[in-house]
Amino acid sequence: MYKILKACDLASNIFLMEVEAKRVASACEPGQFVIVKIDERGERIPLTICDYDREKGTVTIVVQTIGASTVRMQKLRAGDSFMDFVGPLGRPSEFVNEDIDSLKGKKMLFVGGGLGTAPVYPQVKWLHEHGIDADVIVGAKTKDLVILEDEMKAVAGNLYITTDDGSYMRAGMVTEVIKDLVENQGNKYDVCVAIGPMIMMKFVCLLTKELGIPTIVSMNPIMVDGTGMCGACRLLVGGEVKFACVDGPEFDGHLVDFDQAMKRQNLYKTEEGRALLKEQEGDTHHGGCGTCS
Amino acid sequence: MDVMKKVPVREQDPKVRATNFDEVCLGYNETEATEEASRCLTCKNAQCVKACPVNIDIPGFISKIKEGDFEEASRVIGKSSALPAICGRVCPQETQCEGKCIRGIKGESVSIGKLERFVADYARQKGIKPSKCENTNGRKVAVIGSGPAGLTCAGDLAKMGYEVTIFEALHEPGGVLVYGIPEFRLPKDEVVKKEIENVKALGVTIETNVVVGKSVTIDELMDKEGFEAVFIGSGAGLPKFMGIPGETASGVFSANEYLTRSNLMKAFRDDHDTPIRPGKKVAVVGGGNVAMDAARTALRLGAEVTVVYRRSEEELPARVEEVHHAKEEGIIFNLLTNPTEILVDENGWVRGMTCIRMELGEPDESGRRSPIEIPGSEFTIDVDTVIMSLGTSPNPLISSTTEGLETNRRKCIVADEETGQTSRPGVFAGGDAVTGAATVILAMGAGKAAAKGIDEYLRAK
Ligand SMILES: Cc1cc2nc3c(=O)[nH]c(=O)nc-3n(C[C@H](O)[C@H](O)[C@H](O)COP(=O)(O)OP(=O)(O)OC[C@H]3O[C@@H](n4cnc5c(N)ncnc54)[C@H](O)[C@@H]3O)c2cc1C
Ligand code: FES
Repeated sequence: MYKILKACDLASNIFLMEVEAKRVASACEPGQFVIVKIDERGERIPLTICDYDREKGTVTIVVQTIGASTVRMQKLRAGDSFMDFVGPLGRPSEFVNEDIDSLKGKKMLFVGGGLGTAPVYPQVKWLHEHGIDADVIVGAKTKDLVILEDEMKAVAGNLYITTDDGSYMRAGMVTEVIKDLVENQGNKYDVCVAIGPMIMMKFVCLLTKELGIPTIVSMNPIMVDGTGMCGACRLLVGGEVKFACVDGPEFDGHLVDFDQAMKRQNLYKTEEGRALLKEQEGDTHHGGCGTCS
Repeated sequence: MDVMKKVPVREQDPKVRATNFDEVCLGYNETEATEEASRCLTCKNAQCVKACPVNIDIPGFISKIKEGDFEEASRVIGKSSALPAICGRVCPQETQCEGKCIRGIKGESVSIGKLERFVADYARQKGIKPSKCENTNGRKVAVIGSGPAGLTCAGDLAKMGYEVTIFEALHEPGGVLVYGIPEFRLPKDEVVKKEIENVKALGVTIETNVVVGKSVTIDELMDKEGFEAVFIGSGAGLPKFMGIPGETASGVFSANEYLTRSNLMKAFRDDHDTPIRPGKKVAVVGGGNVAMDAARTALRLGAEVTVVYRRSEEELPARVEEVHHAKEEGIIFNLLTNPTEILVDENGWVRGMTCIRMELGEPDESGRRSPIEIPGSEFTIDVDTVIMSLGTSPNPLISSTTEGLETNRRKCIVADEETGQTSRPGVFAGGDAVTGAATVILAMGAGKAAAKGIDEYLRAK
């Protein structure tokens, strides 16, 4: 069992948990993820690592409620436990193994969209701890969905926040901020790391390709085991089949086939939606999910 | 009774079982088992024992059945095998013990597998458990993977007095026994869990949710956590795909994914969260045991299922019994057929599969006649789900994080057959990780050999 030491909501459907997981905490690096299973009948849910404390032996995760298991997860409180918590999975971000001096000479731009802000945070924090300040753009639909603002402020070089509806700070998509920074303010970036919804990563990549900025994205396809055993997480990258859980989750964004990945993402929409509906409506569930009559 | 013939074993009716996940084979009762046991000739120089990868004293345990001492029979088996209820169900006996049975020369061989299963089930139901070794020697050995290789190696070492910890990547121990082989062939709670409990009863600790190579490396286990030797039994879990167009479409699964969702995550049960999209018309590509398991699972989830295999029936690598069961249940076989493309609709879903007819040419290096495409024979089959069951290879997670661990061209770990010794001192390996996908009993045999190898190594150290 993996004890939850802290649990709090960051937005109505986004919550943060600090979980005791000694092995994961001592081995993980930015860019990696864990798989969490709430109890006997829960799903195995891949979640990116948002923070870790090697001394305390804890790992912080940020979760958005999307399926039956995540809805049940949100109800857990400090003191409760997860049945399973495995990791770290996937490869660390490339820069972790780069020469620090050459890294210091690079100008990096991070883009976190919605929940994607959570996995961006440990990367920016790692760089900050190694004396590198990166620029960070955080995008969200609306003010209430901006997460980890204070934490990010403490580790980022320049922080730009934008909301789709203009309810907080800048108004518009993250792509508009990138354009503004590069075209109007003359910023130069050697590399961009974009993490967020697939559609956002797709459009960031289209733009950065135009701007000539190499871009890394973190993919979050459907997963089961997270160790390369099932192939559920396969993606087309540069025309080759890759398993996100072992070859990724980070890939060269200019090579990823996003359209194909987004279609695969929809695979379980009806079933997951159905499981969720069942959870929310209990016995009252009749119709509407597309699978029952 | 006709001594030339096996006592038939009761099975669930094909029509009924095609709609449930209960066990297909119901096994012998005491009378049937005793009757079948009486067919054994108790050969002095028993060929069956030699053909068993873990050398169970087969005439020995069958004699005990004849005497009606089932408990003692279970002890005889227990000396050589820790997982008899499992082996009795999934071993390819026809090519091993039963294949060499003297009875089988003129008549049908003795049903050794079904007898083994009977004895193991009897012992389990009576609550007979192995006991812990009294004198532990305090020396720590790590076992990676809790499949049949790891469980056997761990069990044997514990019996010798070692302090053994198994590290398992998944949340549930058992390897292929829990995630791959379906419930209707190998009940999980009833059989697999209980046999794993027996291994634990020997004093073995199992730590789940540890991916060696990620959560911890072999070097860390040895240098920091005090393990003096390591056994790698990590299996061959990496699925292969064909590399044809459309293979990343929604609705294309590896057999591993499909089976894992159903078996390990219990997607077939309403009270579990993991979704499975069973499909209405399913094509399973491949002809091995795994393909049969995937096909029969899909059938039970309500699909119409076709097995697509590029050679002919004779070459089907699956066990005859499995093919027979699959046919009885209504699975269609499209033989001498190979997919060339998966057709995808505008939403990225499978809408069909183009195949080409094959004919058999000259035997290839495997001795099987190699299939050759018949030009112009393409045709399309109407399916919404494709399950790829083309074999698996060992996962490089461990070999890539363990310096000096030699692997071969097929990514298998190189290990001595007799001792399991790898190119790294103190590191041993066996099972599918070494041989590539094989069988439960061969993995157990390798686990056993390695336990002996480790013991010798540690004594000499
Ligand atoms: C669907 C299916 C049906 C089959 N049917 C039969 C049958 O009827 N009869 C038969 O004899 N054989 C059958 N087989 C083959 C048989 O199951 C395997 O040969 C056997 O299980 C191999 O045992 P193993 O211990 O080497 O590996 P596995 O059973 O594969 O176990 C390996 C274990 O190691 C774990 N692991 C892997 N990497 C790591 C890591 N880095 N860290 C920690 N743990 C790790 C895995 O999660 C797994 O639990 C079947 C296989 C499949 C897939
Ligand atoms: S999640 Fe199963 S292979 Fe990646």
